[in-house]
Amino acid sequence: MSGPSTREEVKQALERLGFAVEEARDVLRVRLEPADLRKAAEELLRLGFDHLASVGGVDWPAEGKIEVVYHAESYEPGKRSFLVELRVKVPRDDPHLPSLIDVWPNALLMEREVWEMLGVTFEGNPDLRRLLLPPDWSGPPPLRKDFRVEEEGIYVEYE
Amino acid sequence: MLSTSEVVRSRLLAREGGEEVYELFIGPQHPSSGHMRFIVRLDGDVIVSVDPDIGYVHRTMEKLAEGREAVKAIPLLERMTIIDSHNVTIGLVRAMEKLLDVEPPPRARYLRTLLSEINRIASHLYGIGIAGIMLNHSTMFMWAFGDREVWLQLAEELSGARLTHTYSIPGGVRRDLPQGFADRAEKAVRYMTRRLEEYAKIFLENPQVRSRYEGVGVLKKGEASRLGIVGPNLRASGVKYDARLAEDYAAYSEVSFEVPTLEEGDAYARMRLRIEEIKQSMSIILQVLRKVPEGPIFAEKYLKLLPPKLREQVLSTGRVKLPALFASMKLPAGEAVARAEMGHGEIFYHLISDGSAKPYRLRVVTPSFRNVILFRYLMPGHRFMDFPAIYGSLDYFPPEADR
Repeated sequence: MSGPSTREEVKQALERLGFAVEEARDVLRVRLEPADLRKAAEELLRLGFDHLASVGGVDWPAEGKIEVVYHAESYEPGKRSFLVELRVKVPRDDPHLPSLIDVWPNALLMEREVWEMLGVTFEGNPDLRRLLLPPDWSGPPPLRKDFRVEEEGIYVEYE
Repeated sequence: MLSTSEVVRSRLLAREGGEEVYELFIGPQHPSSGHMRFIVRLDGDVIVSVDPDIGYVHRTMEKLAEGREAVKAIPLLERMTIIDSHNVTIGLVRAMEKLLDVEPPPRARYLRTLLSEINRIASHLYGIGIAGIMLNHSTMFMWAFGDREVWLQLAEELSGARLTHTYSIPGGVRRDLPQGFADRAEKAVRYMTRRLEEYAKIFLENPQVRSRYEGVGVLKKGEASRLGIVGPNLRASGVKYDARLAEDYAAYSEVSFEVPTLEEGDAYARMRLRIEEIKQSMSIILQVLRKVPEGPIFAEKYLKLLPPKLREQVLSTGRVKLPALFASMKLPAGEAVARAEMGHGEIFYHLISDGSAKPYRLRVVTPSFRNVILFRYLMPGHRFMDFPAIYGSLDYFPPEADR
C-alpha cells in the first residue's frame, strides 16, 4: 500500500532541512540536537505526521544523558506503514526540552509521563503534574536506571 | 492545520472556571468508573472541564519488564488488558521476532489471527456490555457478558487458558488447533450473528438509547487525527486506519476483510461501529478456519534445539515444549518498533536491547492511554447526564492506560 516513493519523499524532505536520516526496518530515525527539535517537528506536521504514537525516554547513565524518543505517526494511506522517530539527548543532571504540544496536541499527557518517569522538564507544557505515581512520591524518577525495584521475598519476616 | 491545533489547545487546557463552578469527584471506586478517578468541574449541570486521574492501579510494567528475562514480559504485559490478552502481547512478540530475526511458520500466523479475532469479539462485547450498564440498561450488560463466554470458551479450547492465553511466543504459537474446533467456532459464529440482531432490537434501535447517544460527544475527522485517537473511536469519525493494514503481522495480508468506518463521529456511531467490527471479525474467523495451512506451528530454528524425543512429541501432539534456551534467551543488541490492533485500538511497542537477556527498555503505549485525552476534549459543554454515555461509548479500560 505504501509506495516507496512516499517514504523516500519524507526522507528527502527531512534531509533538505539538514537532518541525517537513518533507515531502519519500520522507522525513519533522526537524531537531533535539542535546538532543532521544534523545526523537525513542524516539518513533520507539514508532511502529514499530525500526531504522536509515543513519547518515551531512555536513560543512559554511562554517558550521563537521557534520550527522549518521539514517534510520529500518520493516518494517510501512503505514510501509515512507517513511523518517524526523533531522538534527542539531554544532560542527565539538568534535562530540559521545549514542549511540543503546539505541534502535536496529544503530547500533553505523554510529556507529563516522561516528566514524571524520567525527570525531563518540558518548557511550555502547562500541565506537568503527577499522572501515574502517587502525589506524595519521593525518590529518583522511577524509569532512571539508578532506581531499583525492591521485590519482596516469598517469606515475610514477622515477629 | 495549525488552526485545529489552536482549537485543540483551548479545549484541552480550559480548566478552572469562576466561583460558580462546582467540583465533583467521581471514583475511584464507582460502579461505572472502575478504578479511575475523574475530577469534573460543573457549572449548573454543564460540564466545564474533566480531569481524568488515571494512576490508581499503576503496576510499573515498563520498569518491571527491565528486570526480567525478555520472554517473561509476555505473561506480564498480558495483564494490562486481560479482556483482550492475545492482542496486547502480539505486538510485543512481533517486536521480539524482529530483533531475533525469526519468522513464524504460516500455520502459526493463521492461528495467531484466529485467537486475535476471538479476543477482539470478546473485547467488543465487554465494551458494549459496560456501555449498557452505564446507561442503566442492565439487559444489554447481562447479554453481552453472557455471550462473551462463548468466545472465552473457544479461546480456552485453543490456548488452554480462559483469559491469560500467552499463546504467541517468539517463533510461533504454543498449541495447535484442537480436534473439532472448526465446527464449534462455526456454531459460535451462527449464534452470534443471530444475537447481534437481537442486540440491535433491544439496544441500538431502542429510542431511549438513541436519544442518549445521537449527536453526543461528536469527534470530527480532523480532530480525531490530530489527537492521535485510535481504534473504533477513530474509525467512527471517518478515518480509515487500522494497524492490521499498516503493520504486517499475523495473516492479515492473506485474508480479506473490510475496515468499517462511519462519518458521524458521535457516541452512537462508536457503538454501531463495534457491532460492524464483530461481523468482520467473524468473517475473518471463518476464512482462517477454511484456509489454515498444514505444517509446523513453531519455527524450525528453535525446534532444532529440542532433544530428538521431545521434538518428536512436539510435532505429534501439537503442544510446544519450550527449549531450555528460552528462559535466558539473549536479545541481540538493537531496537525494534511494532504496532498491533487491539479491540480498543492500536498498541505501540518500542523495544531496546543491549544484548543481554533482559530488555534495556520497553516502551509501550496502549490504546486507552492514547484515547484518555478524549475525556478532556469531548466532555466540556455537555450536560452531566451525558458523561456516562460518552464514557461508555469510548470503551475505555482503566488498567490498560495505567500499565
